[in-house]
Amino acid sequence: MGLWKDIKGTFLPFWVTLRYLFRRPVTVCYPERKQPPAPRYRGRLVLTRDPDGEERCVACYLCSAACPVDCISMQAAEREDGRRYAAWFRINFSRCIFCGLCTEACPTLALQTTAEYELATRELLQVVCEKDELLIDGCGKNTEYNFYRLAGIGVVAPRGGNPGETPPEDIRTNMP
Amino acid sequence: MNDVLLTIILIVLKLGLVLGTVLTMAAYMVLAERKILGRMQMRYGPNRVGWGGMLQPLADLIKLLSKEDLIPEGADRWIFMLAPAISTATALLAFAVIPFGPSVQLFGRTVPLVICDLDIGVLYLFALSSLAVYGVALGGWASQSKYSLLGGLRAMAQMISYELAMGLAIAPVVMASRSFSLTAVVEAQQTLPNMVRHPLAFLIFLVAVMAESKRIPFDMPEAENELVAGYHTEYSGMRFGMFFVGEYLNLIVLGSMLTVLFLGGWYGPLLPGVCWFLIKVLGVAFFFIWVRGTLPRLRYDQLMAFGWKVLVPLGLLNLLITAAWMIWRG
Amino acid sequence: MATLLFYILAAIVLMAVLLCLTRNNPVHAVLYLVHALFGLALLYFLLGAPMLAAWQVILYAGAIMVLFLFVIMLIDPDLFEKKASRGRFRWLPVGFLSGALLACGGVLIMMDPLAAGGIVRYRLSPRAFGRALFDEYGLAVEILSLILLFAAVGAFHLGRRHKGKEDAS
Repeated sequence: MGLWKDIKGTFLPFWVTLRYLFRRPVTVCYPERKQPPAPRYRGRLVLTRDPDGEERCVACYLCSAACPVDCISMQAAEREDGRRYAAWFRINFSRCIFCGLCTEACPTLALQTTAEYELATRELLQVVCEKDELLIDGCGKNTEYNFYRLAGIGVVAPRGGNPGETPPEDIRTNMP
Repeated sequence: MNDVLLTIILIVLKLGLVLGTVLTMAAYMVLAERKILGRMQMRYGPNRVGWGGMLQPLADLIKLLSKEDLIPEGADRWIFMLAPAISTATALLAFAVIPFGPSVQLFGRTVPLVICDLDIGVLYLFALSSLAVYGVALGGWASQSKYSLLGGLRAMAQMISYELAMGLAIAPVVMASRSFSLTAVVEAQQTLPNMVRHPLAFLIFLVAVMAESKRIPFDMPEAENELVAGYHTEYSGMRFGMFFVGEYLNLIVLGSMLTVLFLGGWYGPLLPGVCWFLIKVLGVAFFFIWVRGTLPRLRYDQLMAFGWKVLVPLGLLNLLITAAWMIWRG
Repeated sequence: MATLLFYILAAIVLMAVLLCLTRNNPVHAVLYLVHALFGLALLYFLLGAPMLAAWQVILYAGAIMVLFLFVIMLIDPDLFEKKASRGRFRWLPVGFLSGALLACGGVLIMMDPLAAGGIVRYRLSPRAFGRALFDEYGLAVEILSLILLFAAVGAFHLGRRHKGKEDAS
């Protein structure tokens, strides 16, 4: 029986390779045909806006701290009404490893990954992206989240006017 | 005078035809191998250069020619430079005796479709295939690199061992056709190819030929996951290219040998002789590529044990039986 | 013509052997020996024994010299320390020998040694060669092969590794 198995084991592979010879290759011929990436593919990073159209980024530096290759840098600034924003925001994609840790660290969902992966270029400085190149006009993956409405700071709406908040108590009506 | 001129023209014509065909075939054999192997692994293989990758050999050639020709420090320069040439030349010289068709009528005279019909053609082929070791061994030695040296050593040991089995497998064929001339060997197979008449010799020869061509499953001399690239580790540019082309020329030589000795040469129904010869050689080449796509590499001790302990005794036995049969039949 | 060729070939063989004996590098020596063997093969061809010439190349140049090379590569431990000898014309002897051999081979192929006359009386066909080997001198050949077999068995016995006493008996 052992011999029969050996003989079969020698000749069966030939049949298998011959069968595979006539199968359709699974290769996707890249530049002509492009495979759509998975929805959660981690490609180029973008800065999104909240549903009201304002920048989501509050320049908290968490993404920059989480980045293992230190490719994110920014400068924080504050508007008169107290809303924080990044005066400049820079991602060096020649250094980025597309790990997505920055998007996980981002508390305001401002930094998000996209499915864009064709970043190769001969000019190295082209892949160092400034804020105006990173900022997009949409909300990205989450269309509802607005950090300032939930954080309860009176920037977007007066205090107490945000969802899930009760209006502040007027201490004058609260006297015994 | 006119007669001499005609003879020279015919010789040059045959030489040019054979050389051109064989070199083109070798170039496209590389492409075919890569394509077929790719399809067996559900890939496309090279399909960018030219129509469906048809110009890939040309692109490879240009790439190899434009590469720097490196000679390692401490290498034996002249041997290093000559070794690839030996490897290619021995393969090319083999085509001198291979008959690829029956005689044809040309300019009112009978022209045999073989460059030189030696009466010891089988031995000539055999001698060239045993000299082919020198290219590999000297290339490996002259590189002054340990991987190359190991590759060269393995190639020598392997080729000597399998040459013996090859010779023992050829012997019954020569005995049956009563001649060392390849044309006579082919003509003896007019009714029945030797593959049917000497099945055991055919199998031994097939395995020995595969070992001789240093291809998977016998590619110990260049086992890339042990020896980087074996004997041609240190080679670059066109010198590497010559080793590479030599390997594929060798594939065609061995395919032709198999065709002439066992598959009935140019005999076949309907089509003209040369066509049948080409079909058979290409079939053998496809089989080699198929084997490469299927079988894993042997271990070195398995390879040597198989050669010496299985093939050689089987070959001797086969020789004995054939001789006894021939004596009994008279 | 044939006589001239004979002396040229003989000179080449002698030169190759001398060079072989005086080389420092064993691999170079083997290569010169290969040249000598090729010269001998051509001599056989010239003398009307193409079969013998082919066997000479197959057996001596193709197998035995390769074995020599194999053993040299295997056992020479300071092969890597050896510096390749520098010198602009050190390829000259080997170049000359190979060129002369190739030229002689070409001339031999072009001319029929029988027709050239002189030293060659007849051409030894493979059939006649076989007859001589196994009919005429059959006994001598058998005895020789037996002696070689004894030598092989003896070498095998001497080279065997002894593992303790029970194995040695």
